[in-house]
Amino acid sequence: MRVGVFICHCGSNIAGTVDVARVAAEARKIPGVAFATNYMYTCSEPGQDEIKAAIKRENLDRIVVAACSPRMHENTFRKTIQKAGLNKYFLEMANIREHIAWIGNDKELNTEKAIDAVSMAIAKVMQNKPLHATSFKINKRVLVIGGGVAGMQAALDCADGGLDVVLVEKSPAVGGIMARLDKTFPTIDCSICILGPKMVDVGQHEKIKLFAYSEIEEIKGYIGNYQIKIRKKATYVDWEKCTGCGLCMEKCPSKNSYDYFNFGVAPTKAINIPFPQAIPKKAKIDPNYCRQFLKGKCGVCAKICPTGAINYEMKDEIVTEEVGAIVVATGYGLLDQNILTEYGGTRYPDVISGIQYERLLNASGPTSGHIERPSDHTEPKTIVFVSCAGSRDKSIGVPYCSGFCCMYIAKQAILTKDHIPDSQSYVFYMDIRSPGKGYDEFTRRAQEEYGAQYIRGRVSKIYPKGKKMIVRGADTLLGTQVEIEADLVVLATAAIAAEGAAEMAEKLHISYDTFGFYVESHPKLRPVETNTSGVFLAGACQGPKDIPSSVGQGSAAAAKVLSLFSRDMLESDPAIAQVNTNACVGCLKCLKTCPFQAIVEDTLRSGKKVAKVIETVCAGCGVCTSTCPCGAIQLQHFTDNQLLSEVSAICQM
Amino acid sequence: MAEKKYAYYSGCSQETSSKEYDISLRAVMKALDVELVEPEGWSCCGSTPAHTVNHVLAAALAARNLALVEKMNMPVLTTPCPSCLTAFKEANHRMENDSFKKDVNSLLDNPYNGTVDAKSSLQIIYEDIGLETIASKVKYVFTELKVAPYYGCIMNRPPALAKFDDPENPIAMDKILSALGLNVCDFAFKTECCGAGYGYTKKDMMKELTYKVLDMARDAGANCIAVACPVCQMNLDLNQKEINKDRGSDFNMPVIYFTQLMGLAFGCSPKELAIKKLIVNPDKLLKNRMLKSETDKGQDKEKLKASA
Amino acid sequence: MDALNLTEKTDWTFIEQFKKESGDNPSLCYQCGNCTAGCPYTHYFDYPVSMIMRLLQTGQKETILNSKAIWLCATCETCTTRCPCEIDVAHVMDVLRHIARRENKVAEKGVKSFYDSFLKSVKLFSRMYEVGMIMIYMLRYGYMLSAAKLGMDIGPKFLTRGKLSFFPHELMGNAEVARIFKKYRKMEKERAKK
Repeated sequence: MRVGVFICHCGSNIAGTVDVARVAAEARKIPGVAFATNYMYTCSEPGQDEIKAAIKRENLDRIVVAACSPRMHENTFRKTIQKAGLNKYFLEMANIREHIAWIGNDKELNTEKAIDAVSMAIAKVMQNKPLHATSFKINKRVLVIGGGVAGMQAALDCADGGLDVVLVEKSPAVGGIMARLDKTFPTIDCSICILGPKMVDVGQHEKIKLFAYSEIEEIKGYIGNYQIKIRKKATYVDWEKCTGCGLCMEKCPSKNSYDYFNFGVAPTKAINIPFPQAIPKKAKIDPNYCRQFLKGKCGVCAKICPTGAINYEMKDEIVTEEVGAIVVATGYGLLDQNILTEYGGTRYPDVISGIQYERLLNASGPTSGHIERPSDHTEPKTIVFVSCAGSRDKSIGVPYCSGFCCMYIAKQAILTKDHIPDSQSYVFYMDIRSPGKGYDEFTRRAQEEYGAQYIRGRVSKIYPKGKKMIVRGADTLLGTQVEIEADLVVLATAAIAAEGAAEMAEKLHISYDTFGFYVESHPKLRPVETNTSGVFLAGACQGPKDIPSSVGQGSAAAAKVLSLFSRDMLESDPAIAQVNTNACVGCLKCLKTCPFQAIVEDTLRSGKKVAKVIETVCAGCGVCTSTCPCGAIQLQHFTDNQLLSEVSAICQM
Repeated sequence: MAEKKYAYYSGCSQETSSKEYDISLRAVMKALDVELVEPEGWSCCGSTPAHTVNHVLAAALAARNLALVEKMNMPVLTTPCPSCLTAFKEANHRMENDSFKKDVNSLLDNPYNGTVDAKSSLQIIYEDIGLETIASKVKYVFTELKVAPYYGCIMNRPPALAKFDDPENPIAMDKILSALGLNVCDFAFKTECCGAGYGYTKKDMMKELTYKVLDMARDAGANCIAVACPVCQMNLDLNQKEINKDRGSDFNMPVIYFTQLMGLAFGCSPKELAIKKLIVNPDKLLKNRMLKSETDKGQDKEKLKASA
Repeated sequence: MDALNLTEKTDWTFIEQFKKESGDNPSLCYQCGNCTAGCPYTHYFDYPVSMIMRLLQTGQKETILNSKAIWLCATCETCTTRCPCEIDVAHVMDVLRHIARRENKVAEKGVKSFYDSFLKSVKLFSRMYEVGMIMIYMLRYGYMLSAAKLGMDIGPKFLTRGKLSFFPHELMGNAEVARIFKKYRKMEKERAKK
């Protein structure tokens, strides 16, 4: 066996704190190593050529590259040695950059540790076996989870590209948050006017199968071949028959149902169509408020419905769809105002959230676009906007900036002046964050043309006095405490992860950050990919985002799916579990622990029961190997022997 | 034997200017079958003046008392005074640091090991005794009272230390008073500072803050204020006349300890609760009282009406 | 007003001293002003709390230690409760007072005198004894007029209600409490020597 070892300087990234020449010299002394050298940038073209040349010249059959994380360049070097005629699994990488050079400043200690890491990699590579990928067919259908603007964009782009799309939306209609907005910044164009056509397209596109009021129950499978169980929640209205005429809603006597679409600004009926432009335009009963469900008698809607669509006995239904890729576009949520007790939580009706104010501004909202104080329905003259209501607040676990609030507050201040010309808006802000195209000019316009008073400082307390809400804050530029007697206070509540984001991530096997936002594969270079191949991200589920960014990501995710589906076959990773049927005792503990359901029971011709791995489903996580009591199931490329050889390599040092 | 037993630290104010807080608390605890045991030879907790000088000194003055309780083998010390409470909690918190603890113990004759939890009497009443028991002891309902519950600034602050109720909108006293059948106002200034700390040195400053609290209580529709802090009580009660003179206002709002209100509801006599010690006379508001059984009937009647 | 030459006038030693003594990190403050916004005393401060934080960030030792603000803070904890950056602002003010005391810079002598009188009374009587404290406050610091007025305001109301006692209660812990103060002085002296 002839091992070649290449120690990378990575400029000064590694060489700055590791004596790379010494590491190479020490590697040379290890039995089996035929060649060892150090090189400035091993990943560069000349660096790769050097490896290829050395393989030929020195007749090498195994290669170790000590450089950065294998997540960066393992693929690069695998291809390199493959071109030189070696099996790509005869490569091992020692991560001496992230694991060593970047975390310690003591060059002596770092060098020692690097030598250890390299000798481990040498020990392992000598145990490596040639592995060969198999290929399998891709199911060219795509699942999009979430029907907000990002999800709709992804669905439409995929569908227009000829793919069959399954779009699952948990609320009764698509549109997401954008469908609730009045106007959009910085152009003040009507939100539903520009979103409406997209919603209609989604509803009518022959390539899009829309499941509204449905949730993902279970996801099985792997890139190219997923089986999705979808729960169609009971609406108690047969949507095949419902024409969306709205008679039921008109006659329903339960008038105090919580209106999710309008964020509770005003109540709605127990049977309702969420908004006039809803897609699908179908009615749905809220059993928490419906008299038929609560008291067992009423039945008004059933009597009035001209098509007999009402069905109080309806149950949730589970359907299965098969797809080859998934776009996650589950959006974001808003901080519960009740947490902000210094602002009264939700105790004071005239302290509302930005999204609620949006509904008050909206012509199809509960007040038909007339701005009213929720307490007494009078027109407010002094309106105070509070930025960062929960955002950038470590003390409540939201240290990040919600990103779009500065802009929508400026928009709301402008619209307020349009609606009520003799009104005065005040905006409390810490920093105005408006880096988009035309954005900063927009916030200036709110002040220069629309006369909004911007006050630099946070608000400390909001309390009622008489009919007014007293907003007590600071003007740090004046260096003083200030008070405003407001008629209405609008809080820009922080953007947080969508409800159930963590559970969804578990189902998808993707990672999420401390705040519940999904983690992209690389923060710069793989912004819509996840670490689970076949699963892509779009929109605010990855972090707070405004409309243009969400749309951009929706299209980007669609492009990724289209490029993935441009192939007919995919190669499977051969680094998966394999059962040695001689050693297997058939206890099937592995079957129970496998998180991917990749193991099944099999009976040999001899009648012996053993475990069997479904190659295409196995994700190579290795849980089964640590469960197996007799070492019969082994993860290829990470077998017990291979790992133990690494351990004994450092134990010998 | 009493059902519950706590080490009890009344605090210096409760020996002089706020005797009625101590008296009424003891009466209420007796009615609730709670035994209070005073550590013998207790001394001042150090209060605000000590921590403005040095934290080791402040902690030592507080810890001396906690050490006395530790010797009594009692896990919880309760005090009605929020200032004492904060001093004890600060001492406990800072003494989690070993070198700080060493410094503090070097000032003490008998070291303190940090095993005594300090809780306000309000917390004990709210959490350990509970609203149901309180409601069950109510004999009389005082129908005239519209109460603004005032907690003062440090009863629940800072939250990391207080670990009780909400620092901005505490509700323990609100709920206790409601359990007494009293009409409780939604009071936005329940935790705003009344300025009492400067009663001696910066009177104008104090009066302005006191005025705001009284003004907001009236704005909330209250005709009296319930308090849980002796310094706040003295401040709000004592200064109304002078504020009226300065500002032309006409405050005449009784400032009553929540324990006195509990006692009255339980049927204790005003004398047992030292009501006379209050400066703004609450007698007029306390004139109308109903037997609880009668109000229950009244409510039943209303319910009947409503359902019909 | 001349430009504040930050190259010359930033007292980095003071910043470090403060950090070490308090364990608080002034760099956490992003100047949102919430402490000032909630401070009930801010109208009486020469520098609002957020400005004290800023002065601390820029190492303006003299300005801070000579400020009235650090003495007028009543430790109501509103700032600490509401600080989004989780800075214990009331604690910051406390530590600044400690440093100011040590450096004999007290912009509000009355406030300091009151605290000292309170503690003197505790040292003598082991519990806070109001009449004794007020007498010390008057005699030691010469605030005769204001204190006498105070006595006239409060006295009658309190006396008729039996709320003031002219004699301190008997005490057991007296000697130990006095010893706490004595040992503390010694500890401080040793610290100062170091």
